[in-house]
Amino acid sequence: MLKSLLTITHQEIVMTLRQAYSWITPLLFFVIVVCLFPLALGPDENTLNKVAPGIIWVGALLAIVMSIGNIFRSDAEEGHLDLLLLSAHPLTLLVLCKLISHWITHCLPLIVISPLLGILLHLNIHEESVLVISLLLGTPVFVLLGAIGSALVVGIRSHGLLLPILIMPLYIPVLIFGTGSMIAASANLPLASDFAMMGALVLISLAFAPLLTSAALRIGANQ
Amino acid sequence: MLHWFNQHFISLKAFYATSSALLPWLITAFSLCFAYGLIAGLFFAPADYQQGDGFRIIYVHVPSAFTAMAIYAVMAVSGILTLVFRMKIAAICMSVSASIGAWFTFLALVTGAIWGKPMWGTWWIWDARLTSVLILLFLYFGFIALQSVIPDQQSRDRAGAIMAIVGVINLPIIHYSVIWWNTLHQGPTLSKLAAPSIAPDMLHPLLAMIAAFLFFYAVILLLRMRNQIVLREIKTQWVKEVMSHAS
Amino acid sequence: MHLNEIISMGGYGLYVWTAYSITLLVFGMNLFTAIREKKRVKKTLRHYFSQTS
Repeated sequence: MLKSLLTITHQEIVMTLRQAYSWITPLLFFVIVVCLFPLALGPDENTLNKVAPGIIWVGALLAIVMSIGNIFRSDAEEGHLDLLLLSAHPLTLLVLCKLISHWITHCLPLIVISPLLGILLHLNIHEESVLVISLLLGTPVFVLLGAIGSALVVGIRSHGLLLPILIMPLYIPVLIFGTGSMIAASANLPLASDFAMMGALVLISLAFAPLLTSAALRIGANQ
Repeated sequence: MLHWFNQHFISLKAFYATSSALLPWLITAFSLCFAYGLIAGLFFAPADYQQGDGFRIIYVHVPSAFTAMAIYAVMAVSGILTLVFRMKIAAICMSVSASIGAWFTFLALVTGAIWGKPMWGTWWIWDARLTSVLILLFLYFGFIALQSVIPDQQSRDRAGAIMAIVGVINLPIIHYSVIWWNTLHQGPTLSKLAAPSIAPDMLHPLLAMIAAFLFFYAVILLLRMRNQIVLREIKTQWVKEVMSHAS
Repeated sequence: MHLNEIISMGGYGLYVWTAYSITLLVFGMNLFTAIREKKRVKKTLRHYFSQTS
């Protein structure tokens, strides 16, 4: 069972990586959004350093919101979704596999590139490492909660901006603790509490999101 | 027990009958509470020693905020009933509650801003409670937007139910993270609104107004649920009979 | 209590009365929506029954 689930995850990752467009676009989106801010705010080093956590986190949030809508769409269009629903494995576990592979293909690149953006915004080494750790802890929650919304709108023809409206309010806690940890880092304050809260958010959403996502997918299938 | 509930509340036909019996009582209760709360709150409650007569906005602000949150709780419970027990009446209650709840949330924000202007000197501060209420409004909008684009009735009910449940799991997390954020960024806001204790003369009108707002919600909820019930049951004999009686 | 005092509310009159009027407005809106909805539903039903019977 575990082995076949790992195979599914692996296949998902390979398939996504083959379609370079689907994982490079969010990455480019993230980089361009972050680069717009210095141009809008002016090149002052102190200002940029002060607003860097907010810029990078909101940029990552938007990039993930943009890409998460596609997580079930191609499956739905090609009829794979019905196969998932009829599969011998529990739908919840299959959903979890898909989410893990989505995180690896769509969020990990963002996290890898983020230190580079940190340099552009004049973060020091300590802040850079906190940035990477906080993104590692925060982005899974974005994917998990986003999947619920994505599954809810999968059957709807023209959902356009509906998905961001549904899920962005739910992202607020992660945003707060993610940027909070970076603000604490730049003030040389202890970080354990922010990280602990983000870890708790990961666990809570890991407990609820796959279940609710598969329930939402079943609704779409009934349509 | 379940049978009794089914006879009076769960089946759409029974609910239609029960609600028409309940409505006059609810309207009376609302009128009494509202009249007392309004008159006592505006004219007889003593002026606050710090805020003067400005504090009288509390009698519309706190009840609307309280009702807005209570309605979200009602929505979440109805969502669970919809999803687990496939109860049609709960699904109707959930969708109707959403639009009423959004109105009360809007009202809480507007009255909060109007109160903030003379007290804090600004229409808006990123106070933890105000921010939470703003996010609550976004959650209501998300729910309404989701339901408005799904054409199929059953899918609409269940998708809305999931959204309501997700929202209610997140609301406390959002609330506490916003409090955390608030203290992190600004230092604790010395809220003048947080009175440690409140004189009975001030408290009674407030409780009456909270009751009045909840009764008003119940009245509007029942009125609009009845509309939805007859629409959904348009093909049944009982609706035909009720309608031919009415006209 | 004089009328002037009631209107001025110790200087906060504008704020207090605006808040209360908006509350009444929102209540009225909700009631209006419910009643208008009822009229529309009745119309729909009447149309439906005249078609079927």
